[in-house]
Amino acid sequence: MSPAPTLYRGREGMWMWLVHRTTGVAIFFFLLIHVLDTSLVRVSPEAYNEVIGAYKTPIYGLIEAGLVAAIVLHAFNGLRIIAVDRWTWALRHQRMLVWVVWGIFVVMMAAFLPRHLGHVFGGA
Amino acid sequence: MTATAEKTDSTSEVGAVPTFTVTLRILRHDPEGLDGREAGAEYWEEFTVEAFATDRVLDALHTIKWEQDGSLAFRRSCAHGVCGSDAMRINAKNRLACKTLLKDLNPSRPITVEPIKGLPVEKDLIVDMEPFFASYREIMPFLMTTGPTPERERLQSPEERARFDDTTKCIMCAACTTACPVFWTDGQYFGPQAIVGAHRFIFDSRDEGEWDRLEVLNDKAGVWKCRTAFNCTEACPRGIEVTKAISEVKKALTSGEV
Ligand code: HEM
Ligand code: SF4
Ligand code: FES
Repeated sequence: MSPAPTLYRGREGMWMWLVHRTTGVAIFFFLLIHVLDTSLVRVSPEAYNEVIGAYKTPIYGLIEAGLVAAIVLHAFNGLRIIAVDRWTWALRHQRMLVWVVWGIFVVMMAAFLPRHLGHVFGGA
Repeated sequence: MTATAEKTDSTSEVGAVPTFTVTLRILRHDPEGLDGREAGAEYWEEFTVEAFATDRVLDALHTIKWEQDGSLAFRRSCAHGVCGSDAMRINAKNRLACKTLLKDLNPSRPITVEPIKGLPVEKDLIVDMEPFFASYREIMPFLMTTGPTPERERLQSPEERARFDDTTKCIMCAACTTACPVFWTDGQYFGPQAIVGAHRFIFDSRDEGEWDRLEVLNDKAGVWKCRTAFNCTEACPRGIEVTKAISEVKKALTSGEV
């Protein structure tokens, strides 16, 4: 029975490492499932239609929103990591760049979510 | 003893150094199992001490050890930020106890003190540093040259020296390596300090062993494990740009140029 140690108080870089890995793994599993269900079309077009039809339900609509969020975060933070690896300026300003990534994320999601959720729940 | 001498001096001379009460919450590890504890027991223990505004966390630990509980174990030597003995996790961040002023830590709340993370704890705040030193030895931290030894010193221009100046400042405290999330989860990774130690020689114009070291760091336990979380750079008590040094080693490996 050992008591819980404290959570290391890292800053933006540490949290973005966690975000990058979480989103990377999440995207990977989503793609894996998607490749599997798409390949169903070769096996049985009826089963394929049924599975793909499930994507039209609101639950999948929300999962899709999460997937888009994960990809946007992962992609722009990925660009930040590339910049940090490449330029000393970016390396020294990486914390500020984290907030640039979140800024882009917020703007892109603000543009995407109303349209997407309108489709999902508006029954278009 | 320096700490006690300082205290009496500063009170009599300055007279007005404010004092305050501070609580330290220390994560203890008892390898032997004294006072009815199980061997290897871990527990939090709180100590309350009177401190001056000029006191560092190390002074508070000294007060505890000398006046309240002699069994408290921690390392320290120089007490002035040069020997690298007393890296510990203070308020959940790696710092040197001898360089951290209590008054900078919000002393109205208990200050947590834990051993650095990722190395086996031996007792209280003392960890086994051997895996850390072993990684340092791997990168061959000594001058490697070919040809006859010159009769006079090996000359170097100020520009050549500037390339590795930052990484000469390392005191091997392990604050960087034990702040690294990759090191916590992957015991194989050499850790940032070994890369800093290698950088100091790789970019030294007088040294000729750069490719031997780069080869070691190109290993799967090497520099490519770095995920640029920057915990090392933020933890380094010497202000070394650790992630920048790691990045320069990565670039040398990808470009093939030192
Ligand atoms: C949209 C464009 C993308 C960009 C710009 C991008 C960029 C990056 C970069 C730069 C890294 C290296 C991170 C590091 O060195 O710390 C990385 C890691 C990773 N990416 Fe991506 N990526 C993208 C898309 C994807 C996709 C589609 C997937 C899923 C299949 C994915 C999964 C991962 C995973 C699992 C990691 C490892 C994370 C880690 O080691 O912590 N990425 N990505
Ligand atoms: S690089 Fe900094 S944090 Fe790491 S061991 Fe050296 S002095 Fe300590
Ligand atoms: S005791 Fe020497 S660095 Fe702190």
